[in-house]
Formats: sequence, structure tokens, C-alpha cells
Amino acid sequence: MSSKLSQKMGLGAGGMIGGRVALKLDPQALAHLTAGRRVALVTGTNGKTTSTMMLARAVSFLGQVATNHGGANMPDGHVTALSKQPDAPFAVLEVDEGYFPEVCRASAPSVAVLLNLSRDQLDRVGEVRTIEKSLRTAVAGVPGVVVANCDDIMVTSAARDARQVVWVATGTGWHNDAASCPRCGDPIRWEGEHWHCTGCDLARPKPDWVTGDGYLVTPNGEKVDLTLRLPGKFNAANAVMATAAAFALGVPVAEAVERLRAVSNVAGRYRTIQRSGHRARLLLSKNPAGWSETLNVVREADHPAVLVINAQEADGRDLSWLWDVPFERLRGRQVIASGERATDLAVRLTYAEVEHTIVPDPLKAIDAMPPGAVEVIANYTAFRDLNARAAQ
Amino acid sequence: MSASKVSIALVLPDLLGTYGDFGNAVVLEKRMAWRGIPAEIVTIRFGEPVPDSCDIYVVGGGEDTAQTLAVRHLREHPGMQRAAGRGAVILGVCAGIQIFGEHFTRADQVTHPGLGLIDSTSHAGGSRAIGEVIATPADGLFEGLLTGFENHQGRTVLGPSARPLAHVKVGTGNDGSVEGAVQGRILCTYLHGPVLPRNPALADLLIEWATGAKPAPLDLPAVTQLRAERAKAAGV
Repeated sequence: MSSKLSQKMGLGAGGMIGGRVALKLDPQALAHLTAGRRVALVTGTNGKTTSTMMLARAVSFLGQVATNHGGANMPDGHVTALSKQPDAPFAVLEVDEGYFPEVCRASAPSVAVLLNLSRDQLDRVGEVRTIEKSLRTAVAGVPGVVVANCDDIMVTSAARDARQVVWVATGTGWHNDAASCPRCGDPIRWEGEHWHCTGCDLARPKPDWVTGDGYLVTPNGEKVDLTLRLPGKFNAANAVMATAAAFALGVPVAEAVERLRAVSNVAGRYRTIQRSGHRARLLLSKNPAGWSETLNVVREADHPAVLVINAQEADGRDLSWLWDVPFERLRGRQVIASGERATDLAVRLTYAEVEHTIVPDPLKAIDAMPPGAVEVIANYTAFRDLNARAAQ
Repeated sequence: MSASKVSIALVLPDLLGTYGDFGNAVVLEKRMAWRGIPAEIVTIRFGEPVPDSCDIYVVGGGEDTAQTLAVRHLREHPGMQRAAGRGAVILGVCAGIQIFGEHFTRADQVTHPGLGLIDSTSHAGGSRAIGEVIATPADGLFEGLLTGFENHQGRTVLGPSARPLAHVKVGTGNDGSVEGAVQGRILCTYLHGPVLPRNPALADLLIEWATGAKPAPLDLPAVTQLRAERAKAAGV
């Protein structure tokens, strides 16, 4: 009933209201609901939903898994997910960076996965260095294994003091927020894939797992094929992080990879919709690092692109970040600026010298394209609304 | 202005580039290029010396730690301050307004020396100012309203040698009353958005200062529309 209501009110896919009520009734609900289960938490700026889904699939090899599908990643969402599957011995939870310390304390995770940290919604989430420090403190209290991306300086700093760390070379990281060391402030120097601080001993740890082009390398040096159905380098990174985390919980590598490889559609992301003679692929990107990766994915072909931007509370009200996205890569392509803040995007595209038109309604924007394939890239609420309307 | 091109120094974007302020340099470059004025962006990263030969310096906003490091770097490599001495144009945004002053005091009550480029001091305010800002340019400095997005805890008090950039209609700015600072050809603001894409007249003022000539009119419909939308959203 309340889930239905939540859907009606546009509060997401209905994963939250039940949990909110439960938390009111029992503030310790999260601790009670995770007690006796083996818990894996997944956090970071980008890739949380995908990695969580991959990890949940992989862990299902061991038994039933309670998980929060679809990005309801705050404690009320966790309570809802756990309540729905009271008997599942495993829980795999996506956790908003800001809530990670609280959820970590309540759930005493066996595995904590730290994907990456970059700027995202500065007016709501706060600055990257603040988040790094709070994760660092939280991670020190993780009783189990921390799986961390050693190609991300902020994540490395956050994870380094944990009891047991498994390092994953993902080949991805957003370096623009990490010119100076999160520990001492001195400049970070890069030499190829290696990086180190010029002032203190923070440096890229030796990776246990390595992400390659279409494969991964296990801690034993075994090369495993990793052909995914999801596009892009960042999804390969998500897959290796999930494999390493599943392995830490006891899932054999081959079993983990076989299961997570099948993931093709994550809460509507990456799916293709048929509409008015168009095949529109829906891609979600929320912040500069995410957009930068997605612009690489759409480079595979020269399809027209609809870019959809909102700036609601959940997106962050400040659109300054549009200037950190390398939209210049879309030069020469047919582009439509769309969404509630299409005009902000149009100004950015103008200065990027990307020719474009403005059609604020994203479905009308798709219709306005020549028939055939269209790439649709949208930020959070724009994507959510588009996905819901496309399903009607 | 140097021999061939107008050079725009993008100062420490890896420290002070948290809020897309890189866009200010892009806007200056494009607005000159589109009018046939050759211009180039010179990026100065953390750890690199700061040249004193550029025509325009653009400094952005950043987090507290980054801001402290930036001051340390700019003191060790005082190219921008030397350039200021000979009248180069300098735009400082957010952290910029704080570090350009005599000193600034953080929420932890520690006072840090600034670069002394403008007659001002800054301190941490009680609450963080976040949201759309609309302000009227002071002394008819440029046409239209100043618009942008602020996200800062600092409050700034101007001394007699600095004058405000604008008078606040909506938002907080320096102190709830005035916004930004102008001293010679050094111009500071708390506004992101970034500020120059949202305020083409301000961009053109900086270009005029750098080149010595008022640039030709440049009509960008998307910019005009954006300004109208943001003013409406702020209730003006």
C-alpha cells in the first residue's frame, strides 16, 4: 500500500516509504534486520547501482540475497529491502556515501566496496575531501574485508587504514579532484598507471585484482574472460570490483563472473526503447566523471544524441558542473538539449561549439530526431521521469 | 597584451576548479575568438610555476584544504601578483575573493594570510550560503543584472580601496548586502554558474580591460534566454 503511494507520489520506484515508517517505529531497525546475515555494502560516487546488482547476482551462488534494487540507497531503502527478505542469509546493499558511516556501524559488514569518489552535487552531498574523511573513519571500523579501487586516490586514502584491504586496479578514476594529497596536501605525481604523493607515503598500492580490456586478472594471476553485456570501461571496473567482493564472501571467481556478466539492464539504465521509428538507448549520468565515461561510450557510433538535464533537489540545484563535462567530444554530431534546464545545457554546448537545438520535453526530442538509433543521456531525475514515461 | 595572442591563465584548476569555474576561461577565449581576437588558455597546474606574462588570470573556487595549498603555491610562485602590479586583469571566484584579500579566517578560527591583492578580509559565516543570486552591478560597471549560483560559508568585508562589484537583490554575496569586489583591474565574486557564461557583459568588460577596446556586440540567444530563466527562477 505505502509502496504504491510512494510510486504515485513520484518518490522513486516505491522502495522507501515502508522503510521510513519502520525506522520511525524502531531506530535500530537496520541493526536488527542485518543481525545474523552476512552483509556487503557498496558505496562510491558512480557505479553503485550497477555494482550492487552484479554483486547480488554473484552472491546468489551462495544463497538467497536481500538487496535494494533501483537506487533507494539510504537507510529507509535498506530497511525496506531487508524486511522484504527476512530469511535471506546474505544482504548486498547500495549505500549513499553520506549515509555510509551510519549504515556501516549498524550492519557490521563482512565486505565493504569502495568504488570511486568524485565531485557530485556539491550543494547537497558536500565536498569530496569531507566525504573521504568520513569514509576513512567508517572503514576503519569494518570488521570484514574492504574492497577498494587503487586507481582512485581518494578511495585509496579512505581504505588504506582498514583491517584488511583487497585492492582492485580498475583503470578508472577521476583525477581532477585529486591533484593534492588527501592526507598531507602535497601534489600527487603520476607515472603511467602508478601515482604517489610527493610529500607523504600515500601511494598506489599493489593491486590484487587487475581490470583488462575484456578480461580480469585474479590475485593468483589467472586471466578470466569478462565479456559484459553492459558497455564501457566503467562497467568493466564495476564487474571486477563485484567479483573481488563476491570472492571475499566465498564465491568462486568463475561462478561470480558467469552470473554478473548476464546483467544487461540496471533499473532501466542501458535499455533501449522503441519509439516513433527510433531505437533510443537510455543512459544515466549524474556528474562530470559519469558524463565523461558515457560520452566515451557513445563515441562507438555517430548516432544523434539527446541530452537531458534537470536540477531538482535530488540532482543538485547547481549546474556549474556542466562546465566540467567534455561536451566538446560531441562536435559534428546531431544534438538536442533537453530537460527542465535545457537552456543551461544549450549555453554550455554553444561554448563547446556543438551545434544543437532545444526541445525541453525529452520524448519530443527523441521524436524530433531522424529515424533510427538515438543515444539519450540524462541526469538523475530526468532519467527517472523519462524511464517512467517511456514505460507507459 | 602580449605580441600575438591574448593569453588567459587558468590558475590551478586542479585545486580551485571544484565548481566548474574552468568555464570562465573558456568563455573569455571563445568570446574573443568569435570576434577575431586571437586568444589562448594557459593552464597552470599545482606544482608548476606561475608566469607573470599573461593578460588575464582566472582563479576559481575550491575546498578549504585546496584553498590553503593554492595560497601557499601562489606565494612561492608570485607571477600573478607581479602581473597584477603591471595592471593585468584578474578574476577571482569564491575562494578567489577570500585568498586575494589581506587575510581570511576559517570556521576553526585559524586566520590565514591572503595574497593582499585587494583591500578585504574574509571570515566564516554562521551558515552556508547556497542558492541563486541576483545583484545590480555597482557604479554602472556593466549592463544588466549580475546572476549566478553561490555556495560558500565565507563572508567578506571590503576596505576603503576596494569597491563592491554589485548590490545584492537575492542571495547573500559578501554579507547579504554587497557582492564581490573591484580594485583596479582585479575583480572578485562569490558567484559560480560559472559566472561568465551567465554574465556576458561582465566577460566583455574583462576583455575590454585586457585588450583596451570595447569588443563588438555578440548575440547568443541561449545566453539571453538563460539569463531570463534564472532571473525568473530567483523571483526577479
